[in-house]
Amino acid sequence: MSNFLTSSIGKKLIMSLAGLFLVTFLLVHLGINLSLIIADSREPFNKAAHFMGTNVIVKALEFVLFGGFLLHMIYGVVLQLQNWFARPTRYKKENYSQTSFFSKFMIHTAVIITVFLVIHLFDFYLKAKFFGDVPLVVYDGKDYHDLGILVIEKFKLGWVVVFYIACFLLLAFHLLHGFQSAFQSLGINHKTYTPLIKAIGVIYTIAVTAGFIFIPVYVYFWM
Amino acid sequence: MDFTLKIWRQENAKAKGRFETYNITGISADCSFLEMLDILNQQLIDKIEKPICFDHDCREGICGACSLYINGHPHGPDTGVTTCQLHMRKFKDGDTIIIEPWRAKPFPVIKDLVVDRSAFDQIIEAGGFVSVNTGGVPDANAIPVPRVDAETAMDAAACIGCGACVATCKNASAMLFVAAKVSQFALLPQGKIEAKERAINMVAKMDELGFGNCTNTGACEAECPKNISISHIARLNREYLTANIS
Ligand code: HEM
Ligand code: FES
Repeated sequence: MSNFLTSSIGKKLIMSLAGLFLVTFLLVHLGINLSLIIADSREPFNKAAHFMGTNVIVKALEFVLFGGFLLHMIYGVVLQLQNWFARPTRYKKENYSQTSFFSKFMIHTAVIITVFLVIHLFDFYLKAKFFGDVPLVVYDGKDYHDLGILVIEKFKLGWVVVFYIACFLLLAFHLLHGFQSAFQSLGINHKTYTPLIKAIGVIYTIAVTAGFIFIPVYVYFWM
Repeated sequence: MDFTLKIWRQENAKAKGRFETYNITGISADCSFLEMLDILNQQLIDKIEKPICFDHDCREGICGACSLYINGHPHGPDTGVTTCQLHMRKFKDGDTIIIEPWRAKPFPVIKDLVVDRSAFDQIIEAGGFVSVNTGGVPDANAIPVPRVDAETAMDAAACIGCGACVATCKNASAMLFVAAKVSQFALLPQGKIEAKERAINMVAKMDELGFGNCTNTGACEAECPKNISISHIARLNREYLTANIS
């Protein structure tokens, strides 16, 4: 088993499972974010954020999430380094074959996603958890962190909106290859199901990216 | 037809290589790529210069000896053929053609365009075989094989081990090669007996030799002269996973 975890195929298996977990996490996160602009008040969003921050099961899942991110990132970096070492002398005329375009930029999109993640954690997660300088709001006689107002203030800044959109477009690049690639890594390749998986991957990517991008645009222009 | 050739020249494994430019004229469109290089070599020999070393053997696309990374493609711009089956009519008159050896850490250059592909032999030695007892020839139809399995195994067996998959892969991964060899046996009753050790040992050897990790780019499938599908890589992934957890 120890050989399995360091083998080329084992690494990809771990990455694909972690990646698919992150894919589901994105859906949940998007759902909560959308509650900010769908409702008239920030209450549903703040309550959802509160639930995510306090519920025991969610807290346990949070460890899984950080674990998933870390595994995915560490394995991703190791994998990429090994792959660079595997070709010490590069070609004069590089590969022009018609292959999955986005697969060529996984590490590059990954670096941007990582930068985004760090900023994102400092902006919201760590702020709410440790620094405490989040305004409070009272619903039904109970104090809640008003994370919603933080989000809205951020998205009133043009450059934040532009940066945010750029990051999500790059995440879309990551997913356009990653989603279907994860299934191949898991050994799933089938005459009818693989085209279906690829289609679902594209639909998922477009929907999730559009959803995430819609929020700052809406806040900036219409809120 | 006339061509400008930029060819990688390297004295030996240790030497530092460089690109040399050669002009060649009056090549027939029906000339094969290797024949074109033969003509160039004859011209070099006539001038008492060192001919260019390149691998070749059968010259009919079945042995896997020929290689060459031509204008960014292993085995050149044509699809589903090896370099020996490539014809000059696939190029335009006056083209500049860049010819490089396979580039991968486990495939060191021996001389000019010749690389050492014995890493593949080592992978085969690690498990790319079925152990059979010597004796009389077994009855051909004694072991029934479903037709689909036989066909799929045959598709995998079309691999000639040329290394184009490694050459084209941005990760220099040998997954398509290993997948073809593992698939070929995994589908057949004779191969199932050693399937577990085969998958584990061949993958271990592939990793140990320094080939890169597969990231499912699909470049190998696009460039394989035998059109071997990456569905075999998925099968290898399954074989490897089940071998490790069973
Ligand atoms: C929400 C964020 C992310 C999601 C949903 C995600 C999803 C995925 C998926 C599904 C794959 C395909 C895995 C496979 O083929 O086995 C993948 C590949 C990859 N991911 Fe991520 N990822 C995310 C963030 C990151 C981050 C932060 C890094 C930072 C190092 C990263 C690095 C990589 C790399 C290098 C690959 C390439 C591996 C390959 O092409 O096989 N990813 N990602
Ligand atoms: S020389 Fe045999 S395949 Fe090209």
